[in-house]
Amino acid sequence: MIGPRDPRDASPSAIDAVADAFERMEAVSAGSDGLNLILWTDRPRAAEAARLCQRNVDAGREGGILAGIPYVAKDNIATTELPTTCGSRVLEHYVSAFEATAITRLRNAGAILIGKSNCDEFAMGSSTEYSAFGPARNPLDPSRVPGGSSGGSAGAVAADIVRFALGSETGGSVRQPAAFCGVVGVKPTYGRVSRSGLVAFASSLDQIGVVGKTVHDAATVLEVIAGHDPLDATSTDDPVPRYRDADERGVKGMVIGRPKEYFPSTLDPQLTALCDRALDRMRALGATVRDISLPSTDLAIPVYYIIAPAEASSNLARFDGVRYGLRVRGSGLRDMYDRTRSTGFGPEVTRRILLGTYVLSAGYYDAYYRKAQEVRALIAEEFRRTFAAGVDLIFTPTTPTVAFAHGAKSDPYEMYLSDIFTVTANLAGIPGVSVPIGRLDGLPVGGQLLAAHFDEMAMFRGAYALERALGAEAHR
Amino acid sequence: MSVERYEMVVGLEVHVQLRTRTKAFCACSTRYGAPPNVNTCPVCLALPGTLPVLNAEAVRLAVRAAHALGCTITPISVFARKNYFYPDLPKGYQISQYDRPLAVNGSLRIGDNADGTPITVGITRLHLEEDAGKSIHDRYRSVTAIDLNRSGVPLVEIVSEPDMRSSQEAGAYLRALKQILEFTDVSDVNMEEGSLRVDANVSARLRGETRLGTKTEVKNMNSFSGVERALEAEFARQVAVLEAGGRVEQQTMLWDGERGVVRPARSKEASHDYRYFPEPDLPPLVLSKEWIDEQRQSLPELPAARRTRFAAEYALTAREVELLTSSVALADYYEQTARAHGDPKAAANWITGEVLAAVNAAGTSVREFPVRPSDLAQLLSLVRDGKLSHTAAKRVFAEMRRSGEPPAQIAEREGLLQEGSDDAITVWVDEVMAEHPEETRRFLSGERKLLGVLVGAVMKKSKGRADPKRVNQLLSSRASG
Repeated sequence: MIGPRDPRDASPSAIDAVADAFERMEAVSAGSDGLNLILWTDRPRAAEAARLCQRNVDAGREGGILAGIPYVAKDNIATTELPTTCGSRVLEHYVSAFEATAITRLRNAGAILIGKSNCDEFAMGSSTEYSAFGPARNPLDPSRVPGGSSGGSAGAVAADIVRFALGSETGGSVRQPAAFCGVVGVKPTYGRVSRSGLVAFASSLDQIGVVGKTVHDAATVLEVIAGHDPLDATSTDDPVPRYRDADERGVKGMVIGRPKEYFPSTLDPQLTALCDRALDRMRALGATVRDISLPSTDLAIPVYYIIAPAEASSNLARFDGVRYGLRVRGSGLRDMYDRTRSTGFGPEVTRRILLGTYVLSAGYYDAYYRKAQEVRALIAEEFRRTFAAGVDLIFTPTTPTVAFAHGAKSDPYEMYLSDIFTVTANLAGIPGVSVPIGRLDGLPVGGQLLAAHFDEMAMFRGAYALERALGAEAHR
Repeated sequence: MSVERYEMVVGLEVHVQLRTRTKAFCACSTRYGAPPNVNTCPVCLALPGTLPVLNAEAVRLAVRAAHALGCTITPISVFARKNYFYPDLPKGYQISQYDRPLAVNGSLRIGDNADGTPITVGITRLHLEEDAGKSIHDRYRSVTAIDLNRSGVPLVEIVSEPDMRSSQEAGAYLRALKQILEFTDVSDVNMEEGSLRVDANVSARLRGETRLGTKTEVKNMNSFSGVERALEAEFARQVAVLEAGGRVEQQTMLWDGERGVVRPARSKEASHDYRYFPEPDLPPLVLSKEWIDEQRQSLPELPAARRTRFAAEYALTAREVELLTSSVALADYYEQTARAHGDPKAAANWITGEVLAAVNAAGTSVREFPVRPSDLAQLLSLVRDGKLSHTAAKRVFAEMRRSGEPPAQIAEREGLLQEGSDDAITVWVDEVMAEHPEETRRFLSGERKLLGVLVGAVMKKSKGRADPKRVNQLLSSRASG
C-alpha cells in the first residue's frame, strides 16, 4: 500500500511526478486515439505548477498534504485552467470563469491538476460510452467499458496515470466504475463535500467523490475536500475527522449487515462467493456479520429514474445558447433553442430531459415526482432504522456484474440496472465506498460498504480492514 | 343595458423589490442604473456549477413586510423552481416559493366606508423570489440585448384576495401597500425603477351575483393611475363582451398606456406549465418562533396606527392627518417639530403649508429637507412669542432652506426681530401721530376705522420690527385714554 507522499522524503519530486504521469498517459495511450480516458490536458501548465510546488518544497515551506501529487478531475467539475465540457457538445471548448471548491482545496493542499477525465455526457450513464468525445475503454480490458459515468477517472487511476482522481456521483458514478476498474471509489455523505463547481445533474443526489488507488489515498483526499463551503447551502458544517485514523481502529466489534436484497438468486454465484469471502475476512478481524433486510431496495431504480431526470430537466435548461456554450442559429428565438439543444445534447441526455419534463408536468407531478419522493423517504428510513438498530456497516456487491463489453447494453433500461446496488446510497444520502475484493474471469469485482450519515469514519474502518485482509487477493 | 348593472372584481399581484444591498442568492450589488451586466457574477449569470445561497437580509425584510400586512408567517417555507425558457432568465428557472410560501392570510385596510367601518382587502400570500434580467429590444437593430443586472434581485410577491370592487379601490390598495412598505423600510417602492410592479386579475359580474366571473390578467402597467385606467378599460371590454351575449376568455391582456387600451397577449404566454418542484439547492427556510416575534416587535408604528394617534394626540383635522402621515419621514418630521415647539396645531399648519410647498417645489423628499425639525420649532417659537411677524418668519424660513442656519441668527442679522419693548414702539407711535395730525385727530375723536392706517404707518416706520399686536394696543389705549 502506498501512502500519500511526504514531500520531505526521498520519493520523486513534483516535477518528476507530473512528468511521469504524462509519460504514463502516453504509454497506456490514454488519449482519444486509445483508451480515451483523458479529454483535456495542458502539459506546460502542469509542469509549471510542478516547478512552483517543487520550489516551495525545496525552500522548506509546508507544501500541503498532497504536495506535488498529480491528479485528474472529471470533466463536469469546473476548472479555470482546462475546459469543462461535461463530455457534451453543448459545452465544447467551454472554460469556466470560476473553479470548483474541491479543486481549490486540492490546489491548496499541493495537488497538481494534470487533466480532465472523460465521462458520460453530463454524468448520465454507467459506461462512459455516452461521451460526446467518444467512449472510454477499460485499461484492464479495452474491449470492455470502464463503467461510468466517472469512467475516465477510474480508468486513469487503474492505468497508474494518477494515484487519485475526482469523480462525481448521482447514482453510483464513482463506485461503479471503481469496481469495474479494480480501484477504490468513495461517495461521501450528501452535504459532506461542496457541490460548488460541480455541474449539476440532479442536485439532491449529486456529490463529488474520490477514486483512489488505495483506501488511504481516497481517505486522504476526502479529508482535503470535505467540509462546509459558504458557496453551497447544502454543505454541512459537521467537523471533518481525520479519516486516515480509521486505519488503526480496525473493525473489531463492528456489526456488518448483509442485506438479502443485494444478493438475489439471479446474482452470479461466483460474485456472491467473493463477497462472502470478504465478509469472512472481516469476521476474522472481529466483526460480526448480521443478515438484514432492506425491503424497499427494488424500488430504488424506478424512483431514481423519476427524481434524477426531473432535476436534470431543470438543471440543463441553462444550456440554451444564449450566454455560453454552443449556439446554433435559427429563424427566431424558439428555433435557436430547438437547434442548439437538439444539436448540443446526445440521445441519453435528451431522453432524460424528456423523461424529467414529463414527470414534472401538470397532472403528472403527483403520480410521479411526489410519489417518488415519498418512496425515497421510505428507502432512507430503512437505512436509518438499520443503523439505529446497531448495524455499523452494510456490505453488498457494488455491481451485479463485472465490466461489460462495449455496446453490450443497448437497451437503456438494461444500462440503468447496472446501478441497482449503488443508487440506494444516493437516494438515502449516506456514504459508500467500493473496494476491490477479487476478480472474476480476470475482471475486477468491487465490494461496497455503506455507513450512516456522516459516518465516513466507520466506512473507512471497514474499507481499510478489507483492503489489508485481502491484500493481493483483492486483485487476483 | 348599462355598465352600472355590472360590478368589477379585482385581485392584485404586486412584486416588490426588497431594499437589500446585495442580490437574493449571490453577493452582487442591487444598485439601480449601473451599466448593463456590471452587477453580475457566475451565480446570477447561471454559469454551470454555480449554486444559490440565500441572503438573510432579504428574509428579514420579507418577514417585516409580512408582519406589517398582518400575515401568518410559516415557520418552514420551501423554495421552488418555476421553469420556463426566456433569454433573460439565465438558469431557465426562477427560484420562487410555491406550495409553501413564507406568509399567508394577511389583510390591508385601504380606507373607510361612509359609516366609518374600515374597508379591508385580504392578502392571500406573500412569498420570496428572485427577479429575472431585462430584455432590451430597442437598443440594437434587429437583435435583442440582455441586461442581467436585475437577475437575482430579491422580490416579494404579494397576492391579494379578489376583494376590490372598483379601480379606485385598487388604487387605494396600492397606495396603502406602498405606504406600509415605505413605513417598514422594506422597499424603495419606485414604480419607475421597477421596484414595484403590478399585475391585476379582473372580472366582471352582474351586481348581486356571488360567483366570480371569468378573469383576465392585465399586465404592463407602469403607474398607479395606469393600473386604474387599465382596469377601467378591461372592465369595459369585458362588460361589452357580456352584454353582446359573449363569453370572457381567460387570457393575459397587455395595457397600452399611450393608446389607453388593453390588447390580448400572445396566447402561448398564458398556457405555461411551469413544472414547479422544490428547489434542491436550498434547504427549507426554517424560522424560529422567537425570531419571527422579534421581527414583529421591531416594526415601526404602522400608518393606520399612526393616523389614529395623530388625530387623538395632536387634535389634527382629517386632512392634516392624511397629509402628515403620507410618509414615515414626514410623520417623523412633524412629530419632532411639534414636540420641540409644544404647539402641535401651529406645527401642523406650518408643515402642511410652508414645508410641503417648499419640498414639492424643490422636487425632493422630506428626508433631504435642509431645515431641521428643531430649527423649525425654534422659528415657530419666535413667531408665537411675538419676536417675529408671520411675514418675517417666511423670509427667515427661506434663508434657513438656503443656508441651513438657525432662525434666531438669521432674524438677528437681517434685523427682522420684532421690537416688543414699549419704549421703542412708543417713540414710533409718537412720531407717526406727529406726522399724521389730521388722521390722529379723527382717530382720537372716535373714528376707530383709522386705527388700521396708523398701525400700518407705525409698522412701516419700524420697518416691520414692531409687534403689530402691541402697536395696536398702544394706539387703542391713546384713543380711549
